[in-house]
Amino acid sequence: MGTKRHFRVWRGDESGGDIQDYDVEVNDGEVVLDIIHRLQATQTPDLACRWNCKAGKCGSCSMEINGKPKLGCMTRMSTFEEDETVTITPLRTFPIIRDLVTDVTFNYEKARETPAFAPPAGVAPGQYRMKQVDVERSQEFRKCIECFLCQNTCHVVRDHEENKAAFSGPRYFIRAAELDMHPLDARTDRKDYAQAEQGLGFCNITKCCTEVCPEHIKITDNAIIPMKERVVDRRYDPLVWLGRKIFRRDQLDGSAHGDSMAPSTSVGVTGVAAGTPFSSARPSEAAPVRDDGRMDVAELALPQQGGPSPFGDDQELPLPPGEIVYNHPAPGKDDTGPKGDAH
Amino acid sequence: MTTTATKPDAGRSRAAIAAKTLRTDRWWFPPLITFVGLAAWVTYATVRVFMHKWYYVDDYHYLTPFYSPCITDRCVEGSAEFGTPLPSFWLIPEAAFTLPFLLLFRLTCYYYRKAYYRAFWLSPPACAVPDAHQKYSGETRFPLIFQNIHRYAFYAAGIISLINTWDAIRAFHSGDGFGFGLGNIVLVGNVVMLWLYTLSCHSCRHIAGGRLKHFSAHPVRYRFWTFVSKLNTRHMLLAWITLGTLALTDFYVMAVAADWFPDLRFVG
Repeated sequence: MGTKRHFRVWRGDESGGDIQDYDVEVNDGEVVLDIIHRLQATQTPDLACRWNCKAGKCGSCSMEINGKPKLGCMTRMSTFEEDETVTITPLRTFPIIRDLVTDVTFNYEKARETPAFAPPAGVAPGQYRMKQVDVERSQEFRKCIECFLCQNTCHVVRDHEENKAAFSGPRYFIRAAELDMHPLDARTDRKDYAQAEQGLGFCNITKCCTEVCPEHIKITDNAIIPMKERVVDRRYDPLVWLGRKIFRRDQLDGSAHGDSMAPSTSVGVTGVAAGTPFSSARPSEAAPVRDDGRMDVAELALPQQGGPSPFGDDQELPLPPGEIVYNHPAPGKDDTGPKGDAH
Repeated sequence: MTTTATKPDAGRSRAAIAAKTLRTDRWWFPPLITFVGLAAWVTYATVRVFMHKWYYVDDYHYLTPFYSPCITDRCVEGSAEFGTPLPSFWLIPEAAFTLPFLLLFRLTCYYYRKAYYRAFWLSPPACAVPDAHQKYSGETRFPLIFQNIHRYAFYAAGIISLINTWDAIRAFHSGDGFGFGLGNIVLVGNVVMLWLYTLSCHSCRHIAGGRLKHFSAHPVRYRFWTFVSKLNTRHMLLAWITLGTLALTDFYVMAVAADWFPDLRFVG
């Protein structure tokens, strides 16, 4: 049997609101999101809150608990004293929609303004090969669940709304770092982009983004500071400058400068992407319909049960040897058998 | 069919929450400790640098790091290893060539920036606690854009660490031969910690290998980067430890030079 504890929850919308008091039952092993759900079930059926996975992986239930940006589903009630009042408020940095739900469009606009992954010319999807040691720095940043707690806690936009146009925030600095460190990303203008368009210089490395990250990504040490150092490489470092002058590296290595970079499709953090629809590099695919124009409901309803044949459904097996498109390795066959590209 | 929620108009407002912060923990405590610690250290260092005495123990060749290298005419005999090109004016510290660079190295250090932006400038004092300033432009313009010269300062700090290392080695030569006392342990301990702090610098991590795109093509630099990265996670700790060892070393040399207590000698 649980105990009754005191909670204060912000209720309201863009026209105004206030913090209201509730006494809610708390049981062993529960998290703050459980309390929100109990509130909805028992006292406030209209309390608005985003949530999905309850496992700290979807990044939906971002809220501020006793003033600290946290995930509701990952904040255990056992971390509070029994007689402690728990105050739950929406994210401050973003416009309010209702109760604990905020409009995080700002983040999606910044995401769309950031140039996408650009593989080198001549390498098609499926041909990407890279060494683990080269890509593991980027992989840390792929852990991001886009809860936007870092964006919310960053004082550059939290306390200064006017900086939102010029500042992309920690989540997009790790995106810039992820791509700049990616072994197969061919763009060379990511440092310039981070400095000139994302507002990297606004960051004063007070590390709050790292403190609140539920995925424990070392945002400041592994992304923002390395990106600042990479900007310094290009703009401020005396030895790099001298090395370039003496060894003429700028002429030997065209990639050291932005000359060979592909034209940017992004115009920067100017708000121009506001309202543009989401897009994807992947071409749209038609729905997998049957001849009669309908989709199969389940595998059991397929004309052939089991997985579809890689040779196509109109083939009789075994295939005639002349139609095999691969060279099956077998002793003594290589001299006479069909080659890899033979038909 | 996908439907999207009706979005309110642009220019919407944030949630109306009156309290500036709702944090209930002692968020003011870490910046307060930082403020007190840094202020106390800076006060001690300033007093010592302009004291112009008790910085060298001639018997054992102990030279405090605050006066190394000693380059003014005022330097006592034996303490000036690199000549005395500067005049003795009270405003000129004995280590006038190194102290500005050391100050610059610490001022532009990525850890100290966090520390003093929070504790001294209150921008912000703690996470989710409001910035104390109306306007904020970060490090995008003068003067804070000069934080980007951290790398120059790192190169200088590397050279100064070499000089400090020389001071520590030289201290093993006392009188007419090898000598070893508690002061040597203090000096060597300080130099080791200074090297660890200098090597754990974020700029060093970047130069060592962080700037590479393909680690696999530079295995030696990758190993160096891995080593520096391990140190780098303790950069804050090393920053505080070196403040402590610097003050302790200086105090020990001052005490021995002023004859407050004798050096504990093991050999010589």
